[in-house]
Amino acid sequence: MEALSLLVHGFTVLLTWKTLILMMVGLVLGIFVGVLPGLGGPNGVAILLPLTFSMDPTSAIVMLSCIYWGALFGGAITSILFNIPGEAWSVATTFDGYPMAQKGLAAEALTAAFTSSFIGSLVAVMLITFLAPSVADFALRFGPPEFFSVYLLTFCSFVGLGREEKHKTIISMALGLLLAGVGMDTVSGTLRMTFGWSELFRGVNFLVAVIGLFGISEIMLTMEERLALRGHAASISLRVVLKVWKDLPKYWVTLLRSSAIGCWLGVTPGGAIAASFMGYNLAKRFSKDRDSFGTGRIEGVFAPETAAHASGTAALLPMLALGIPGSGTAAILLGGLMVWGLNPGPLLFVEQKSFVWGLIASMYLGNIVGLVLVLTTVPIFASILRVPFSAIAPMIVVSCAIGAYAIQNAMFDIWLMLLFGVVGYVFKKIGIPLAPFTLALVLGSRAEDAFRLSMIGAEGDLRVFWSNGLVGSITTLAFILLFWPVISKVFGHLGQFVRPSARTN
Amino acid sequence: MAVEETENAAGDQSPAVTSTRTVDIVVSLILLALAALLAVDNWRTGMSWDASGPQAGYFPFYLSVILGAASIYGLVKGFIEPASEPFVTREQLTRVMQMFVPTFLFVVVTQWLGLYVASFILIVGFMTLIGRIALWKSLLTSVIFTVLMFVTFETAFDVIMPKGPLEALLGY
Repeated sequence: MEALSLLVHGFTVLLTWKTLILMMVGLVLGIFVGVLPGLGGPNGVAILLPLTFSMDPTSAIVMLSCIYWGALFGGAITSILFNIPGEAWSVATTFDGYPMAQKGLAAEALTAAFTSSFIGSLVAVMLITFLAPSVADFALRFGPPEFFSVYLLTFCSFVGLGREEKHKTIISMALGLLLAGVGMDTVSGTLRMTFGWSELFRGVNFLVAVIGLFGISEIMLTMEERLALRGHAASISLRVVLKVWKDLPKYWVTLLRSSAIGCWLGVTPGGAIAASFMGYNLAKRFSKDRDSFGTGRIEGVFAPETAAHASGTAALLPMLALGIPGSGTAAILLGGLMVWGLNPGPLLFVEQKSFVWGLIASMYLGNIVGLVLVLTTVPIFASILRVPFSAIAPMIVVSCAIGAYAIQNAMFDIWLMLLFGVVGYVFKKIGIPLAPFTLALVLGSRAEDAFRLSMIGAEGDLRVFWSNGLVGSITTLAFILLFWPVISKVFGHLGQFVRPSARTN
Repeated sequence: MAVEETENAAGDQSPAVTSTRTVDIVVSLILLALAALLAVDNWRTGMSWDASGPQAGYFPFYLSVILGAASIYGLVKGFIEPASEPFVTREQLTRVMQMFVPTFLFVVVTQWLGLYVASFILIVGFMTLIGRIALWKSLLTSVIFTVLMFVTFETAFDVIMPKGPLEALLGY
């Protein structure tokens, strides 16, 4: 129950006019960013990060997390009204959301999407409230070997569980880790991989990389595909909202199942996309009327949205408690925390109590305010999509440049952003995933420090990663996940040998 | 977001500029070269052990080896596999260039004239030349956006952007 009193304290930190206004501004900017094609959550947060540099950490993170909420809400608008998923995890929402809009039920679909986002996030925030302190408490016992093994687990699970080709995931990750190492070595102070080029001394900033990889490249892809948006108009009346809410209890199993899937997959890295599809498929599988999915069933909106948002929110749990982000956007929020000199990880819960609980409280509050805001302002945001793309594209480019420059006041970073834009465009087209790259770039120096500190402690003996039960089991799990495709194949074959009679008939 | 909806039909018949497989191979080669370069550099920095533990180049050296190995795998796979779908068609490439070239010029102009002037030129130019929107609308949009950005970043949030002669003339 200590969590509850700390949470109440968190709310008192927040309830000032200044914070509430920042919250609204953050939400509006976030929805804006989520609605516009070529922006989206991670990139939007990265671009808007400089706005918060002059604020105190609590206001800044409140605003950033509200931008994140807004972007999550905003993604549903484009999926349902325009059949264009703003984010990869909104893809499953289009399956039933867009047919509903075609049938003239756009308002119902949007209400369902926003409500289920709200429920999914709420469940995940509750999970964070009650679980994060104990996870952090447990992790306080971690030394460098334990931390390295957790980082290893993160990286390995990306390679083993990702749907992309394995060598491409490895390329993306190794490249990210290498770029993270450019510049001053944090342990010995030696310069490396700079080739005597002074612009590289301070290293490659990952926010610059993110803005290029996700912003500039996305705008080029949008241009290439020549998106022709023909959307449905929508405004939501109170009557529709109440009608959808009245039916909500009927779908409690779906909502609960999707929330659980989301929370579970969100804690493991890269889970939101998988969660949304799994939520949708399971809802379809357990439904009595399977064939009606895809034709505009409200349940087909509830299931993926709840799962995606539960998982997007749950991704913040490992970020706060262990310093390991569970998603791309969580990685950027982590980068934001580091900009203000806050070090995410177990110590944050001890040293920065009011900050952590202010953030968690802002998740509750931002979620509620966001729901109300988005329900009332849908028509305005939907009309943004009718502005010609040739007016929006250059504005996005300018915003990206501003974001990239502001981080370190370096013109070089704008050039770097352009380079990353081209790299991101090519990588996306040949199927090299970008999420492992982002994650590796953020975690690179921390992972290296943990590795080298454990090596120094153990005098170069690699057995330190199996030196006690805890670190041993995490490291072993990491390797199991890394070779998971091979292992599952082998076990599949073994299974066939053990019970061959079951298959023959 | 209607991007020239009028000429929507011809899209997919345009000839391919290059195949995904070719790009795959080229990227693998570039990554392999990068891995070799970084490996050599880290080897020079020191990739072994000294009294205080692993040297600065230790961790990145082995990463470059991993990167190199993965690129070689990709390279071999690229040569074995049959030719794949097109990477971009000529028409698509034209459109991507319509985005890339103005962005590139924008960065060049930013370097000389500052970000705000460059952004004004980019928006007006892009809207009129590529979007074929009436000049007065483009000018109006651009002025409003640029001034708004200036007020937000320069005045309200104290975020300093690269500035050029025009801002100097106005006393900023």
